[in-house]
Amino acid sequence: MEEFSNLLHGFAIALTWQNLMFMFVGILLGVLIGVLPGLGGANGVAILLPLTFSMPPTSAIIMLSCIYWGALFGGAITSILFNIPGEPWSVATTFDGYPMAQQGRAGEALTAAFTSSFVGALFAVIVITFLAPLVARFALRFGPAEFFAVQLLTFCSFVGLARSAPAKTIAAMMLGFALASVGLDTVTGTLRMTFGSTELLRGFDFLIAVIGLFGIGEILLTMEEGLAFKGVRARINPKVVLHTWAQLPKYWMTALRGTLIGCWMGITPGGATPASFMSYGVAKRLSRDGHKFGTGQIEGVIAPETAAHAAGTSALLPMLTLGIPGSPTAAVLLGGLLIWGLQPGPLLFVEQKDFVWGLIASMYLANIVGLAIVLTTVPWWAAILRVPFSIIAPIIVVICSVGAFTVHNALFDVALMLVFGVVGYLFKKLDYPLAPMVLALVLGDLAESSFRQAMLLSQGSMTIFWANGLVGGIVALALLMLVWPLLSGFLAKFRRGGDAHLANERPIE
Amino acid sequence: MTEKEPAAISTRAIEIIVALMLLSVAVLVIYDSKRIGAGWAADGPEAGYFPFYIGALLGVASIWILLQAMLQKTSPVFVAPDRFQRVLAVFIPTALYIATIYFIGIYLASAFFLALFMRRHGKFGWRKMLAVSVLVPGILFLLFEVWFLVPLPKGPLENLFGY
Amino acid sequence: MFIKLITTLGAAALIALSSAPAYAWEPTKSVEFVVPAGTGGGADQMARLIQGMIIKHDLMKQPMVVVNKSGGAGAEGFLDVKGAKGNPHKIIITLSNLFTTPLATGVPFNWTDLTPVAMLALDEFVLWVNADSPYKSAKDYLDAVKAGDDNQFKMAGTGSKQEDHIITVALGKAAGKKLTYVPFKGGGDVAVQLVGGHVNSTVNNPIEAVAHWRAGKLRPLCVFDDKPLPYKTRVTDTMAWSDIPTCRQSGIDVDYLMLRGIFMAPGVTPEQVNYYVDLFRRVRALPEWQEFMEKGAFNPTFLVGNEYSDWARKAEGTHKSLMQEAGFIAK
Repeated sequence: MEEFSNLLHGFAIALTWQNLMFMFVGILLGVLIGVLPGLGGANGVAILLPLTFSMPPTSAIIMLSCIYWGALFGGAITSILFNIPGEPWSVATTFDGYPMAQQGRAGEALTAAFTSSFVGALFAVIVITFLAPLVARFALRFGPAEFFAVQLLTFCSFVGLARSAPAKTIAAMMLGFALASVGLDTVTGTLRMTFGSTELLRGFDFLIAVIGLFGIGEILLTMEEGLAFKGVRARINPKVVLHTWAQLPKYWMTALRGTLIGCWMGITPGGATPASFMSYGVAKRLSRDGHKFGTGQIEGVIAPETAAHAAGTSALLPMLTLGIPGSPTAAVLLGGLLIWGLQPGPLLFVEQKDFVWGLIASMYLANIVGLAIVLTTVPWWAAILRVPFSIIAPIIVVICSVGAFTVHNALFDVALMLVFGVVGYLFKKLDYPLAPMVLALVLGDLAESSFRQAMLLSQGSMTIFWANGLVGGIVALALLMLVWPLLSGFLAKFRRGGDAHLANERPIE
Repeated sequence: MTEKEPAAISTRAIEIIVALMLLSVAVLVIYDSKRIGAGWAADGPEAGYFPFYIGALLGVASIWILLQAMLQKTSPVFVAPDRFQRVLAVFIPTALYIATIYFIGIYLASAFFLALFMRRHGKFGWRKMLAVSVLVPGILFLLFEVWFLVPLPKGPLENLFGY
Repeated sequence: MFIKLITTLGAAALIALSSAPAYAWEPTKSVEFVVPAGTGGGADQMARLIQGMIIKHDLMKQPMVVVNKSGGAGAEGFLDVKGAKGNPHKIIITLSNLFTTPLATGVPFNWTDLTPVAMLALDEFVLWVNADSPYKSAKDYLDAVKAGDDNQFKMAGTGSKQEDHIITVALGKAAGKKLTYVPFKGGGDVAVQLVGGHVNSTVNNPIEAVAHWRAGKLRPLCVFDDKPLPYKTRVTDTMAWSDIPTCRQSGIDVDYLMLRGIFMAPGVTPEQVNYYVDLFRRVRALPEWQEFMEKGAFNPTFLVGNEYSDWARKAEGTHKSLMQEAGFIAK
């Protein structure tokens, strides 16, 4: 097998002391960047890119991609501990990760998150190693109509029956869509809903909204209960990693589904954030314990984390083979490649063998190194919950503010974060679901522009959405996902003779 | 924001206020979509097409919520006064903190905010308080200004040192 | 007079020692390098390349910090620099949105609100089609468009009412038929849409499409410039950049070049401008810059002072008339 010998050659390149050190530094920086909300992988890599010019390209990209892996690992930490998503793709991790931490199972949730990240990444790297040319051809088949179908599928697989009143679910979702449409409309180039304000030109960033809604909102809610985090009495057991590992194999099916969704979304490219939402939604639909999701189910952590990491990793494949970035971070890495004088594209694998296989080999190594690093820190992270609330709460506020600022270098965003915090508090208390709003905010823009691009191509004809097997298939799958709760409820009724348990469905937030 | 009085407020009142706010957002969205064109042109939807229907749906949903809330006979208390006081005790300093960032920069504002918050809610000694409120902004300064070269909002003090 | 003497001395010292010369003015704190576009795009790449070169070759005593302000097609970045009156620690790299954004969105700024520093390069535009398509020359394609229906041919491009869109409308005018323009987020996406056969043509910058050209997936038809590109090194087995004919030769009477230049805030002193002019002169002299220019087949024209202002004034006029014809001006 040619790939195998190439890979071995790659290991020979990646396995120098110098590169191992860069890997280690990169992962540590990445975890730090991932923990700080706002300062995401893309920003982190962009910031450090110029500093790597004096390094050989292979070492440079190994370090920068390690920052990316580190950020993927790190995003889960604050999601689980404080309900603050450190990265966009860890929003779905908060749904079950944070309740677990509140029940004193923070260590367990962190271990599950890190391990499933690792599994997702490993699978994605194997796909990259052996299926690169095949997969690149698949990605080329995705035009605007196909992208819209994927976004529809993400939405349909996530939005289902929630406990909240339908009017409130619709209101929350529409508010998300409305906020997403503020700013420049990419298709016509007109400004929408900016009302002449400079601050509104940049629109409402998804990250600002989640930092406010989840992070600040949660602090306000916690304050109401008294000055303490609920998970504070958790006993920290250093063996938590092994205990959690013992129960993970049970969920191999969830992990596999998450990985497949992630690889697909990374390659096409849909991105890690939609992948994590879709995986969570699908897991909730198909799991036997689906109705318990949102109450601290370990499966609710495994599903989004495997998908996010698989998507994040496989996003590098279209970048290397086609020059299209599968994620914002990949876009920055792509810029880096061009600056180092490498041309991403079909010939990269032929002309720059050392570089490509060195990078791929480093993905295997870096994820192992990364897992080891983050797992050893699990007890420390869990111990943060023991710090008195009156110290940790203001620090969280400060870090959230810094994070909100760094997203767009705008002070207005910090004020906006506080407004979103109040909205989060009110919505939580009035039982408006936050998850559909957040998903609408992240997908609204993308889905609208893909839809309109498709309409431009077809000159206003809807037939483009079932013009070929691929797009038609995804649309059909999306519709199936939308009616799945009804369908499965119906089936259950049929089987159990009228014992409908749909009323017990838990909300997903 | 809207709930300044510490007296017990009914959930219904808050429901109504939130629904009215959503309704006003809906009106704004519809108004602006109409302005930029909300029709379906020959080559697909115009810029305001989707926002218009989003606004319309939001409007319908908020009116529905409004009616539901108004028709409610009994209503539980939204938040007890003592609990609400605690929420304000963190909300007001945070709002002040963000306002002061505009004037003295994020590092100094953070130091004051940390110190005041710890003093008020934690009753910590001076030493611990000072340590945290100097260390946290200090680490942030090193991290962002020195290592990552990401400029955060700064005030007169930092300017004095040439940042 | 005295200042002039110092700059002359500085230039002399530069030639003599090529180490840090004495400047009439130097940054006293970190310099913000504003990019009015998102991370990963062409302007961002260039800004970060410059930042990296400055660090590597130690060209500045104070750090240079890249800040992206992409809101409203870059309007956010321009307004930020416009508002920083007299601040010498802020520079901005521009692309065509310097002219197109205020015209298309009505956001209140104009290039004359900023202080011109230097033109670093001009970015070229090339007409690309899929290599499997039957069009071997720009004339073939133009004839096909002429023979077809309105909106039958589809062009993908970056952004709306910006450079790619303007060229598309001009091309349609040359053919006498409307082309459908489909806007995407970035140049990489655009090239891949063409490789995947979802559209008929693109006007990608050389650097965005070169990889697919070399892999035999795309075919360049013509370059939107008045003379062919200067780079004679073979890019594919048979062709160099210089082998691509100009669109003019093929009967498409359209020229378009995109500015990659530097501006400063209004109200800065000539000494401050001179510092940056000198800095970018030195950046341009580095081998990394030459290599980057060739990789991306840039037009390496360097202009400063009045020549640069004149160029910008002319470019503004061209944009205004092109956009007026296309109906892109905000009401």
